[in-house]
Amino acid sequence: MTGRIAVAGASMGGLRAAEQLRAAGWAGEITVFGDEPHMPYNRPPLSKEALAGETPFASLALTPRASAADVVWRLNTTVTGARLTERVLELDGGERSGYDGLVVATGTRPRRLRCAGPSGPGSGRHTVRTLDDAHGLREELIPGARVVVIGAGFIGCEVAATAAGLGVAEVTVVDPEPLPMLRPLGAPLARELLRRHELRGVRFALGRGVTGLEGARRISGVLLADGSVLPADVVVEAIGSVPGTGWLEGNGLDLSDGVLTDAHLRVVAHGEAVPEVVAVGDAARFPNARYDAVARRVEHWSIPGDTARCAARSLVAALTGAERDPAPFAPLPTFWSDQHDFRLQSFGAPGLGTADIRILDGDLTGDVVAGYHTADGRLTGVVALGGRGAAALAARHRARLLQQPALTDPAPTPATV
Amino acid sequence: MKVVVDMNKCQDHGQCVFAAPDVFQLDDAGHLVFVSEPDEALRTDVEDAADVCPLQAIRVEDTTP
Ligand SMILES: Cc1cc2nc3c(=O)[nH]c(=O)nc-3n(C[C@H](O)[C@H](O)[C@H](O)COP(=O)(O)OP(=O)(O)OC[C@H]3O[C@@H](n4cnc5c(N)ncnc54)[C@H](O)[C@@H]3O)c2cc1C
Ligand code: SF4
Repeated sequence: MTGRIAVAGASMGGLRAAEQLRAAGWAGEITVFGDEPHMPYNRPPLSKEALAGETPFASLALTPRASAADVVWRLNTTVTGARLTERVLELDGGERSGYDGLVVATGTRPRRLRCAGPSGPGSGRHTVRTLDDAHGLREELIPGARVVVIGAGFIGCEVAATAAGLGVAEVTVVDPEPLPMLRPLGAPLARELLRRHELRGVRFALGRGVTGLEGARRISGVLLADGSVLPADVVVEAIGSVPGTGWLEGNGLDLSDGVLTDAHLRVVAHGEAVPEVVAVGDAARFPNARYDAVARRVEHWSIPGDTARCAARSLVAALTGAERDPAPFAPLPTFWSDQHDFRLQSFGAPGLGTADIRILDGDLTGDVVAGYHTADGRLTGVVALGGRGAAALAARHRARLLQQPALTDPAPTPATV
Repeated sequence: MKVVVDMNKCQDHGQCVFAAPDVFQLDDAGHLVFVSEPDEALRTDVEDAADVCPLQAIRVEDTTP
């Protein structure tokens, strides 16, 4: 088997894709292009243990499988464009690089605040996505620092918890929503999350957006929509992410939120699947047959691995003429978040079941498991909040989640729900 | 094949248990227990388990015959 597969993006999605291409039988060339200077590393600790200084940054590197030993890594290399009909990638510096198969694994970048104010190195303004970001933030989380975290999503909540644990002078989380992590968790757990954070010294300014950043060369404060100002030495922007798919423009793809794929993770151009181009990880917007036909991006750590396995099979089948796995992609999403001394552990898609949230196990102020249901009573996901034991409690409901019929299947009789 | 888990890293996430239940288990206290020299037939499961460990605490080593 000859030919060449190019992988754009050298993080977890790119690494898992390379490994799964080998597992699917691809013996040809594999070249991975990545704009970071580092080999793939594990991102979750960047807002947790590594930011707290408990885990050295050097230990975050992911260990490639032995089967991926001959993969060519082109680091410090940005893919600037692609000509899918010619099967060519354009690289920074003007180089063009041909391929037979392509894997899109360019993930996401932090969304930035759209307001003026100090920015750049030394400004006190941070995001947390890369190793270098985390390094820079870590240096400024020192005793006496007043920290404002903008965005009460999981990364914002984790950074706030880590900063509080490092003994900074104060940490305030700002968000226009009335509760932290409200959209993924729903009100009962979000309210309990808020209580636990406040108990551990994190302050919140909720229900108000940010309208400006104050300071000349360095941040001095954050201006809120109600006119109040939070004094700040360090600001962390954690307001979500933007898919890194701009380089794919001009090829008739749907790039409205990541790159749209079919049920086999093949990208869709002008309404048709392109068999030799697949997408994995945070950048992919795919339908999950476990739920419905709506394509969604899922920014969970488990997704690069799941998508890589399915995408690699699709791609190798297209390039070798081997039989394609007819089963549509249907992963069970898994997500965790560590904040202070507690953990959130989620299985499934709780966001699809916020119509009806029930406590399945435990009680809200201790170890608790909540079940998320659609209006017609179907369980779509479970979330545990509590100590390590809570995650094990949630896992007890995982088997039941795996047995749920797809949301698009006829409504189950109440007895089977 | 030899399975090595860095117990300083492991935080009992239990993801490895779903991937390779014949090799990894959580005991009654919720702590990880595992088979250190599983059958070669379980290699794919064990490699999947190593992939899904959030702390990347699992290493799969080849035992020299
Ligand atoms: C701080 C932090 C904490 C997290 N914590 C958790 C957690 O607790 N639990 C959980 O489930 N998930 C967590 N996640 C999410 C998880 O890490 C992501 O889902 C995962 O990293 C996605 O991997 P990916 O390879 O798809 O994308 P990414 O990791 O974003 O990788 C994309 C790579 O492509 C590169 N790239 C982009 N554009 C180009 C280009 N044009 N040319 C070349 N290279 C390019 C990027 O620089 C990057 O290296 C966390 C993420 C972050 C940032
Ligand atoms: S998945 Fe990793 S952290 Fe979790 S129990 Fe297994 S080895 Fe430990």
